[in-house]
Amino acid sequence: MITSRKNKTFRAGAVITAVMLLIILVGAFWTPYDPNAMDGSAKLQPPSLAHLLGTDNFGRDIFSRVVEGAGATFVIAAATVAIGLVAGMIIGGLTGYYGGPLDEILMRICDAIAAFPSILLALVLIALFGSGRYKIILALGLLFIPSFSRIVRSEVAKQKSMDYVRSAKLMGVGDMRILFVHIMPNILPVLLSTVAIGFNNAVLAEASMSYLGVGVQPPDASLGRMLSEAQTYLMSAPWYAVSVGLAIILLVLGFGLLSDGLGGQYDA
Amino acid sequence: MRYILKKTGVLLVTLLVISLLAFLAFQIIPGDPTARLLGTDYTPERAEALREELGLTGNVFVRYWKWLSGFVTGDMGTSYSYSMPVSEVIHGKVAVTAALSLMAWLMVMVISIPLGITLARYQGSRADRAFVAMNQVFMAIPPFFLGILFTYVFGLVLKLFVPGSFVSFSDSFFGCLGYLVFPALAIAIPKAAMVTKLLRSSILAQMDQDYVRTAYSRGNSRWGVIRGHVLRNALLPVVTFLAMTLADIVAGSIVVEQVFALPGLGRLLLSSISNRDYPVVQCIVVMISFVVVFMNYLSDIVTQYIDPRVRLN
Repeated sequence: MITSRKNKTFRAGAVITAVMLLIILVGAFWTPYDPNAMDGSAKLQPPSLAHLLGTDNFGRDIFSRVVEGAGATFVIAAATVAIGLVAGMIIGGLTGYYGGPLDEILMRICDAIAAFPSILLALVLIALFGSGRYKIILALGLLFIPSFSRIVRSEVAKQKSMDYVRSAKLMGVGDMRILFVHIMPNILPVLLSTVAIGFNNAVLAEASMSYLGVGVQPPDASLGRMLSEAQTYLMSAPWYAVSVGLAIILLVLGFGLLSDGLGGQYDA
Repeated sequence: MRYILKKTGVLLVTLLVISLLAFLAFQIIPGDPTARLLGTDYTPERAEALREELGLTGNVFVRYWKWLSGFVTGDMGTSYSYSMPVSEVIHGKVAVTAALSLMAWLMVMVISIPLGITLARYQGSRADRAFVAMNQVFMAIPPFFLGILFTYVFGLVLKLFVPGSFVSFSDSFFGCLGYLVFPALAIAIPKAAMVTKLLRSSILAQMDQDYVRTAYSRGNSRWGVIRGHVLRNALLPVVTFLAMTLADIVAGSIVVEQVFALPGLGRLLLSSISNRDYPVVQCIVVMISFVVVFMNYLSDIVTQYIDPRVRLN
């Protein structure tokens, strides 16, 4: 599955992702400063040993805030992907396995939805439901179902005429068991790569929505919201925006490389 | 020709379905717009009268038909918060978003097509490997962060433009286009990285096909093979992708307009969402959706024009 050339990409992605996850995990229990503690005597400080990434307009430690924001963004993206993946596996699995007119109709709908930019649809859903952390997860999760369904469907359809599925059928294994126990593990590599891409889309979508002020609302943290705060202080504290942006880029880059390393795309 | 007719039919049906869905979505929203519009002047009689005036009474499908026929003839209803026709509210904003998106799209093509071809031509060289690695990074940069970086570097430090000082088309055509260069670049760079990667892989995927070996054996150089034989095949998936990219760019401009304080559709959409000005939201959503669907349609037509194999199926 992973050729030697792919290996480098995969390893680079694994290293970046592991480091980011480690920081996020540690940050969930401990950060150098309280992310919300204000310090009037240390406003807008440039990066130093005391404050690795400097401080913001309230004297809050930016490193601690970025760690907290990255954690929040990570959780939202992971929850979003989980919704899309589970629903996609069920819908895509069943339609791919059984086929028929329902399959045709559902896939046409999925095609139509997947053709739209997710930001636009997310904005429509936010206009309908309202904003906030859980609504963002729900809105983005719903939007991810079609793309996951499509991929699961096409993979299941490929697998179902394979010999091992026929043998399982001859042995009298039930349809559900064949689908979820025998077929699903075989499409895992494709799924993993899709999950990584989906995760990146979720991070970017969440960050954009929160940046626009229609996503995560204060006091909840998120990288997108911090970026819009940071933009106000671009002149006096450019390191603020840069640190937040780098956190987003590293998250996305790590998973992007992982997905590339997993996928069978032609690449040198 | 039959193919085009069939695709056009599908296009029209899709447009109808989308406009119906968008219309229905904004009908089921909880809450009565008249309560908010009337405020302290609210009485049931006035609310009823206003509902009549806004066209909120009667059968949903009759109202949909009224709205649709209005939309086609340019009468897109009345904005709640501006109290003027939606067409007047969006007038001028469409031009900004369209100019920004088209500029970004052109940039994507100008950057990625020559770059993708060149990288494939010199595959494995040091420059190729450096670009492939850099490409990954560029793909990971969110356009709005790139926009913020540009604002800082080109706006605040180098003073090439003054952030927030957008001039409209009517005031200064070139001044306006000049201001749009950096926002367009912010949108274009991550997309260009994606298209470059796709084009390069698409060319390389063709390189071990039989027809390529034949072309080599006739004495062609690598460049000759790519230019004369491979490109036509390799460009197919790229054309489809470019068409979808334009839709993405239009949606992405919603965010980037906010970064550069551009008075386009995106900012109007956001303020209308927070003001619950649904006629405006509905109109913008339907317009952007039409662009998406139309670009898909166009890419189907172009693909079948380039690729005779699709025509036969």
